[in-house]
Amino acid sequence: MTVRIKEWPGTALSSKDFETGRVLTVHHKPKAEYRWDAGVAIGRYLRELKEGRLIARRCNACGRILLPPRMFCEECFVPTSEWVFVKDTGTVNTFSICHVRWDMVRLKDPQLPAVINVDGASPGMGILHLLGEVRPEDVRVGMRVQAVWKSPEEREGAITDIKYWKPI
Amino acid sequence: MPERVAIVGVGYSDVRSTTPGLSYKEMMYEAAVRAYADAGVNPRKDVDSFICVSEDFWEGTSIFDEYVPDQLGGALRPVHTVTGDGIHALACAAMLIRTGRARIVVVEGHSKHSDIRTPHHIHNFAFDPIYHRPLGAHPYHLAGLEMNRFLHVSGNTREQCALVVRKNLTNALLNPRAVYGAEVSLEDVLGAPPAFTPLGELDIARPADGGFVMVVAAESVVDDLAGEPVWITGYGWCTGASAVDSRQWGEAVYARLAAEQAYRMAGITNPFQDLDFAEIDDSFSYKELEHLEALRLCRPGEAGTLLEEGVTLPSGEFPVNVSGGSLGVGHLLEATGLHRVYEVVLQLRGQAGPIQLAEVERGLAQSWRNLPTTTGCVIILERS
Ligand SMILES: [Zn+2]
Repeated sequence: MTVRIKEWPGTALSSKDFETGRVLTVHHKPKAEYRWDAGVAIGRYLRELKEGRLIARRCNACGRILLPPRMFCEECFVPTSEWVFVKDTGTVNTFSICHVRWDMVRLKDPQLPAVINVDGASPGMGILHLLGEVRPEDVRVGMRVQAVWKSPEEREGAITDIKYWKPI
Repeated sequence: MPERVAIVGVGYSDVRSTTPGLSYKEMMYEAAVRAYADAGVNPRKDVDSFICVSEDFWEGTSIFDEYVPDQLGGALRPVHTVTGDGIHALACAAMLIRTGRARIVVVEGHSKHSDIRTPHHIHNFAFDPIYHRPLGAHPYHLAGLEMNRFLHVSGNTREQCALVVRKNLTNALLNPRAVYGAEVSLEDVLGAPPAFTPLGELDIARPADGGFVMVVAAESVVDDLAGEPVWITGYGWCTGASAVDSRQWGEAVYARLAAEQAYRMAGITNPFQDLDFAEIDDSFSYKELEHLEALRLCRPGEAGTLLEEGVTLPSGEFPVNVSGGSLGVGHLLEATGLHRVYEVVLQLRGQAGPIQLAEVERGLAQSWRNLPTTTGCVIILERS
């Protein structure tokens, strides 16, 4: 309340008013399901993740090693030339300390998404993933990291086959 | 006087019922490479702007435009998306060129329908959430309603709709791009399981995957390019009332008004005489007849008779959907209009192979944005 206004005007609504039908709304829950074909490049990328390896494509026109792999070079607009395995080590390009989960729950242990320039790929190319085994206050741009993989039995051909990247 | 505009390159990624081996990006790349080779352009140097058609819900990714540049050679170049049919995008490309802002524009559209596991639910999502969706009927009930009213007011018959299916599925047998070509009899169509009566199962176009890319250029640069030009001389588009309770059932008003715009621009007064052939929307069998009448290719109520007399057969005076249409080729979501334009371009260039028509100079392509819309586009294409 303020000096001039003793009581704010308006009618407050609670979630109960909606639940009990005092306020009329219409609900619809979409059933939207997809199953995307990964294609040649990402299909192989996922298969190699299952093997615990990172694979890229080289473009012989510009010499770049593209990670994640693609069958065409977006710079040269030519088909890429060959498969190249890259390392599972790299350097933190940028990171964020996420104190809040997507549903606004505050986290005691913040999530640490990071962009990692992977060793063996061309500069500025790599993977967006998570950091682990590190205190948030110790993370730095330029920090050296390595992938921590799930066990072979747990891996399923997804980017989550890497649990996180830890400092080395 | 604004510059004339031509399609100078076309390319496609094979139309199939499913494409498990390729991602949508790889499909787009395949179509783009073919179109650029046809036009003789390098997208990294020669193209001023890129326009895609896509609908986020079909793709399963919102702000889908962000995912298109790389595979078209459009990275760090002007790119935008039109959430409409491919013919909308071609009209945008032509207008962009006529402003003088661009000389060469690329248009892309694709369908990766096989990635969608709940297509009818996605379709349903286009319906009004408050006073339509809660009824819970399959989205195609609208086609049944529309067909019934159209037959009632126009006097065309259920049997004539079945003839459309037979014609287009037969035409598709000769088209290398068509997925659903088949020899069917009138009895097959009429005896098919009822679906949304009067609509039967065979009256509904089935979905397919596929992609199309086109290179559009200003007259001033056409001579420098390798591709044989096909001129865009008219276009129009229109959207009617969305309300399902009060729209004009029984007539495709949107197609009539879109065609009027395109005809005026192209100087067409008698479409049946001034045009040689057409690729028009047949997402449902009755739509071909409804659209023929809306495009003024015949008088109201006469489309079925035209068909019975063989006028719209490949051998007839005015062939319609020689490609097999959406019934025969497969429905390609937003790329459907681009597929129709592709077929018209090949015909006008004399490159249509086994389905080539003799002596065609001027053709029309028309699209409808499918249920529940009242949106249609028309484009006129000419050889000289
Ligand atoms: Zn390159």
